[in-house]
Amino acid sequence: MPGTMRDALKDAAISALIAFGLFGAMVGLPTVTGPGGKLSLDPQPLTVAIIVAVVFVGRLGMLLWQGRPKAPPKPISAAPSRFQFARIAGVVLLAVAATLPIYGGRYMIDNGVLVMTYVMLGWGLNIVVGLAGLLDLGYVAFYAVGAYSYALLSQDFGWGFWTCLPLAGILAAFWGILLGFPVLRLRGDYLAIVTLAFGEIIRIVLLNWTSLTGGPNGISGIPRPTLFGLKFTNTDDPGTFAGFFGLEPSLTHRAAFLYYVIFALALLTNWVSTRLRRLPLGRAWEALREDEIACRALGINVTVTKLTAFAIGAAFGGFAGAFFATRQAFVSPESFTFIESAIVLAVVVLGGLGSQLGVALAALVMIGGGEVFRDFNEYRMLIFGVALVVVMVVRPRGLVSGRTPSVTLGKGVHIGADMMSQGHG
Amino acid sequence: MGDTLLSVETLTMRFGGLLAVNEVSFDVRAGDITALIGPNGAGKTTVFNCITGFYRPTSGRILMGGMDLAKLPGHQIVQRAKVARTFQNIRLFAGMTVLENLMVAQHNTVMPDVAHGLLAVFGLGGYRKLEADAIERARYWLDQVGLTARADEPAGSLPYGAQRRLEIARAMCTGPQLLCLDEPAAGLNPRESDELSALLISIRDGGCAVLLIEHDMGVVMRISDHVIVLDHGTRIADGTANEIKANKHVIAAYLGEEDPEEVVL
Repeated sequence: MPGTMRDALKDAAISALIAFGLFGAMVGLPTVTGPGGKLSLDPQPLTVAIIVAVVFVGRLGMLLWQGRPKAPPKPISAAPSRFQFARIAGVVLLAVAATLPIYGGRYMIDNGVLVMTYVMLGWGLNIVVGLAGLLDLGYVAFYAVGAYSYALLSQDFGWGFWTCLPLAGILAAFWGILLGFPVLRLRGDYLAIVTLAFGEIIRIVLLNWTSLTGGPNGISGIPRPTLFGLKFTNTDDPGTFAGFFGLEPSLTHRAAFLYYVIFALALLTNWVSTRLRRLPLGRAWEALREDEIACRALGINVTVTKLTAFAIGAAFGGFAGAFFATRQAFVSPESFTFIESAIVLAVVVLGGLGSQLGVALAALVMIGGGEVFRDFNEYRMLIFGVALVVVMVVRPRGLVSGRTPSVTLGKGVHIGADMMSQGHG
Repeated sequence: MGDTLLSVETLTMRFGGLLAVNEVSFDVRAGDITALIGPNGAGKTTVFNCITGFYRPTSGRILMGGMDLAKLPGHQIVQRAKVARTFQNIRLFAGMTVLENLMVAQHNTVMPDVAHGLLAVFGLGGYRKLEADAIERARYWLDQVGLTARADEPAGSLPYGAQRRLEIARAMCTGPQLLCLDEPAAGLNPRESDELSALLISIRDGGCAVLLIEHDMGVVMRISDHVIVLDHGTRIADGTANEIKANKHVIAAYLGEEDPEEVVL
């Protein structure tokens, strides 16, 4: 195949050229601060050469790999063994997560809390995007509503975390319905744009309504959660956790407690959404994703079905928000920018739309991985970007794709993602 | 011959300047298979979309059981008036199994309202019983259309003829009084057409009236109790299959009118 080889070489050369254009200045010409604060360039020709060479070889290899003689396609997309794998992977992950505070240090627990928050947000958004097929780019709005609900209720009324948690969920669900109404008729790109705008509106209102929210200064001194009234502080008073159980006071207790709170909340999200998926409501969501017109023809009230998806997804966002507020003890509009929505959506898409295990894995890789790669400094985002591209090339429908039937007569089979629709809005 | 089930009265549908359906009136009787035929672009699917709530007619009434379907919200046409439909280009939930497709069709029975839907999460609200009944009904229709063995396969993986049958079974799972089929025989081979005819007759005998749009005249003439012919948005004939076969307006509409001036020299 000399023609193919020549084309591949040409394509690889173009890719290398683009890589040179991109990285030549970014990586090849970093500035260093010389003596006297003078900036000077420190050319790195070797690094650039390596990057360009990697891109060239990589692209060439990819093209030749794609051009290889194809094996015949597998006859059925159903693979029952996937069930087993997913089940085992789920149990292992659950066990690792449940025991993390025992073997992990403070740093690991804190990262665990972060990852678990995104797992929960991912599972919450998965209801809207993965099951109902409604592309929501403003999910952070509900996270913000939950966080500010707790912050304001605790500040103005002195209510505790456990009272405010359900209220935060209810308020977020209310805002979910409020957002749902105007966007019911929109699909696809239009829906995405309006939800994106909604996320920004909430943030800007929080930023400018200074009398209520404190504006850019945010709200600080938000009370920490208690365990049946026992506080987590660095003293051994009788009212504290350490004092009650006669332990050495340590802030790790609080970190571990926060970890278990978010772990429980995430499990609740998982339980409700997996359960709903097997119930009529969840089945209607999935049907809506597959074909909205057919749903209407079967007498399903599409309006109500979409609103429930928005409301329930939003409620879990609200729970996560209240947790965020209590963990940070401080909220400000800065924490609820569009990038948060984008990260949560990336977690869902990368994990595989509708897949609970996939979302958990993706959150672990994206958020946890991001922390692990912190040592790489400026290369962190580069590695992150490359990893995302690789995953989407290798597994375009996410890490764990496809779905298991919600009801079966005999033995159920896994349904490949190629059969499924991704929804149109 | 049963009583009048559905009565379409001077139905008109206008899309901007285009008059798609012009003052069409006809009745569908309970216990009949009624066929709606006509050349391409005659307005058959438009009439269907008006009956099933996908279009709001410009004027006219569609009466069924004392309700005007032209004024009911789309989803209530299935719930209250009990009219189900299928589509010209099959619309199944391809990524869901055959059984799941039939379960979604019974959504309103299994989940009467949102409160029940949410209570079911905690196993409350009598959901289990409703679900079991729904599975039984799905089983019955799977059996009727010969898809029991493939119940757990994704609907998108079925061959074309089976997808057509599944769409009919799905519509029947809503428990309709009137089943509207948009070209159910399109793309079927002769054997499958015969099976379809038998299925439609058994549905009619089971007490559900059938209204179908069809181009396969073999099927139409064999099973229809009543045929309505549309051309250019108006009704040009209405009668039994034999009457329609002999009607010269119908022949003219299908084969083109003879131009009298060309004959006279």
